[in-house]
Amino acid sequence: MPQIFRPSSNTIARVTIVAVILLLVSTLGLAYIMDRGPWITSVRFAPEQPVPFSHKHHVKDDGIDCRYCHTSVENSSFAGLPPTEICMTCHSQIWNNASVTQPIRDSWASGKSIEWVRVHKLPDFVYFNHSIHINKGIGCSACHGQVDEMPLMYKVNTLNMNWCLNCHRDPAKFIRPKSEVFNVDYVYPANQAELGAKLVKEYHVQSLTDCVTCHR
Amino acid sequence: MFRHRLIIPAIFLNALFTSACRIDMHVQPRYNPEAATAFFGDGRSARPTIDDTVARGQLHVDEARYTGKQNGKDIDFFPIQITRGDLERGQDRFKIYCSPCHGLLGDGRGMIVLRGLRQPPSYHDPRLVNAPVGHFFDVMTNGYGAMYSYASRIAVDDRWRIAAYIRALQLSQNAPPQLAQQIAPQNHNNAGAPAGGTQ
Repeated sequence: MPQIFRPSSNTIARVTIVAVILLLVSTLGLAYIMDRGPWITSVRFAPEQPVPFSHKHHVKDDGIDCRYCHTSVENSSFAGLPPTEICMTCHSQIWNNASVTQPIRDSWASGKSIEWVRVHKLPDFVYFNHSIHINKGIGCSACHGQVDEMPLMYKVNTLNMNWCLNCHRDPAKFIRPKSEVFNVDYVYPANQAELGAKLVKEYHVQSLTDCVTCHR
Repeated sequence: MFRHRLIIPAIFLNALFTSACRIDMHVQPRYNPEAATAFFGDGRSARPTIDDTVARGQLHVDEARYTGKQNGKDIDFFPIQITRGDLERGQDRFKIYCSPCHGLLGDGRGMIVLRGLRQPPSYHDPRLVNAPVGHFFDVMTNGYGAMYSYASRIAVDDRWRIAAYIRALQLSQNAPPQLAQQIAPQNHNNAGAPAGGTQ
């Protein structure tokens, strides 16, 4: 009776073991990279909008404050997407013949909302409130980046949970004086560790990392 | 042998491709602010109030405070108390909502005017210096000329605080000499703080 396994079976067995391990590791690795990468998180991806609204132009060139359009950011969980009326405050007179602003005039005439594409989205199981962050010295640009450099809106942060916790564990690293909250070009000073600790105390900021802080 | 070789990767791949496919918790059966809906004809989940509805805290019976008028005439007094804090709040709101067109000095030469918006009158025109304070409240509330209403953007009492700050700006640009003399020496003694200015 001949042998069931020929000598080459040894090689096949070894190669198979190695291949299976490699496949496992690389699949897991690929899944991890995809999950954290821009393909899933949409970081630095600027979706097409009904009107190519430029924060760069309105914030940097014109010097308009965030709150001119996002009127509820200081009092509400939601920053407020400007109604067409706010666009028309200026654009009834400026660029009022341009084709790029046509959807604004159409919306104003018909009363139908402009359907902006949302860029910063959180899953529904996350409770987030803009006003508490704004009123405790977390600047707009701490999360949204330098929107005054964005011709079209995109995310600079993943908004993943580990990113939230990064600040919730140690707010002193990211807190700034309340007077600088709406300064999109704010640069953290060299003595941030010292200043941050002082502001955390002064503003009574707590490091909230309970699950129920965000998942309620 | 052949069967065993495939079974582990098969289980693994199966787990990988079937996990995280339920997003019930991600997308819950509720509307986020200003989300779109197919339920209403206009596509809005945020509904406008029905005519003649008075929401809590929106029963505006104090005519002077909510319209800036009494018996059809602009009032010339502040219906809320104006403290230094209110003036600072007014300055803050003025910088956000008014300065793009009216300029930080209130002279009507803001950035948006430089971009082509019709130039608003200067607050320092005699007509506006002499205008009753209710006039400014009325313009913010109902708009005026090319200016749209700011009623939906600036809360009622903040509009009075802005009106108070406009009065302060008018004073700063038309200060009588005695007042300037009163303030200037003090400021010079104050560790070199500049005299005048709008701060």
